[in-house]
Amino acid sequence: MKLCLVVDDSRVIRKVARRILEELNFEIEEAVDGQDALDACDRNLPDVVLLDWNMPVMDGLQFLKTLRAKDGIEQPVVVFCTTENDMSHIRTAIEAGANEYIMKPFDREIIEAKFSQVGLI
Amino acid sequence: MNTADFDFLAGTLKERSGLMLTPDKVYLLESRLTPLARKRGLDTLDALVQKLRMKTDQTLLKDVTEAMTTNESFFFRDNTPFDLFKNHVLPAMEKARGTQKRLRIWCAAASTGQEPYSLAILLKEAGIKYSNWNIEIVGTDICTQVLEKAKAGKYSQFEVQRGLPIQLLIKYFTQEGDVWQLSDDIRNMVKFRPFNLLDNFAALGTFDVIYCRNVLIYFDQKTKGQVLDRMRKVLASDGTLFLGAAETVLGITDSFKPVKGQRGMYVPSDGTAEQLMGLG
Repeated sequence: MKLCLVVDDSRVIRKVARRILEELNFEIEEAVDGQDALDACDRNLPDVVLLDWNMPVMDGLQFLKTLRAKDGIEQPVVVFCTTENDMSHIRTAIEAGANEYIMKPFDREIIEAKFSQVGLI
Repeated sequence: MNTADFDFLAGTLKERSGLMLTPDKVYLLESRLTPLARKRGLDTLDALVQKLRMKTDQTLLKDVTEAMTTNESFFFRDNTPFDLFKNHVLPAMEKARGTQKRLRIWCAAASTGQEPYSLAILLKEAGIKYSNWNIEIVGTDICTQVLEKAKAGKYSQFEVQRGLPIQLLIKYFTQEGDVWQLSDDIRNMVKFRPFNLLDNFAALGTFDVIYCRNVLIYFDQKTKGQVLDRMRKVLASDGTLFLGAAETVLGITDSFKPVKGQRGMYVPSDGTAEQLMGLG
């Protein structure tokens, strides 16, 4: 079973994402901001990170840059999942090393399609 | 809705579009036709059926047919038919059509355009190799309303996220407020026209590849067979037919045979496509 780290400061979004991803046979861990997510990665490196952008303490982009700068780890797939829905944010995310990008609101079909494109399903 | 009204609607739809409506789909009639009735200034679905029975308004019949034909579509839907196209059909056609450099593709239920546009994007991504080819993608649908949307190439945020990799969104779309606009160079690769699969195919010309996915499921066995037999006549003998994952030709027609191990992919029974694609 693949491990997905769901990073979002909204408890509701984490719950919705968890339900969809559990149905798709993922094991789920949750983090509430970028720093919490980095700590989670240090403890147990996930196969994929579903990543919000705007969060307190450390935002999603900073988390991604820090993660991608780490040497000697098996880099997880990172899928942004954010309300930021303009081309410049999308480009910034992809240039920083995101593998896919989901614009909120999302549903099961979008998560499934995006995860299958990056070879997780 | 009473049984007589249901039977009347089901019969009318079958005759006009081949659409098979079983009694368990009565909710579909209600959910799709009630908004149409209101738009037409009719209070109830019963009133709409009554008006339809009078047969005085041909546009109403057309609107009812359009509302009832399913139009759900994704970019690169199910992936496999596009992977097979890229990895097997295209290389085979490159060999077989290398001199004419001409390729014709028919998307027989093009709906809002995602399938033909996915093929156009795929060909564009294949790059310079096909830049001097004459490639025509024809997208047809019975529903003129969805074809208008297809032609415009404007999609919602939801639609561009269903199946379209983000890199391709960045490359081939621009954002105009809430709308994602497909670029002209991709739009210009596809010609859309209204077409009823029950009509004569001759006017369409012949094709090298036909995509007819998730539309035969709405037809009865006999109609399925007839449509497939007529498709065989407009498909090159080394051509390929793609059906939906839940569809088959087995027990319906002998014109096509499935390609072993390749789901949804069919070739003319008397043709040479499998050898050409290295799948024989």
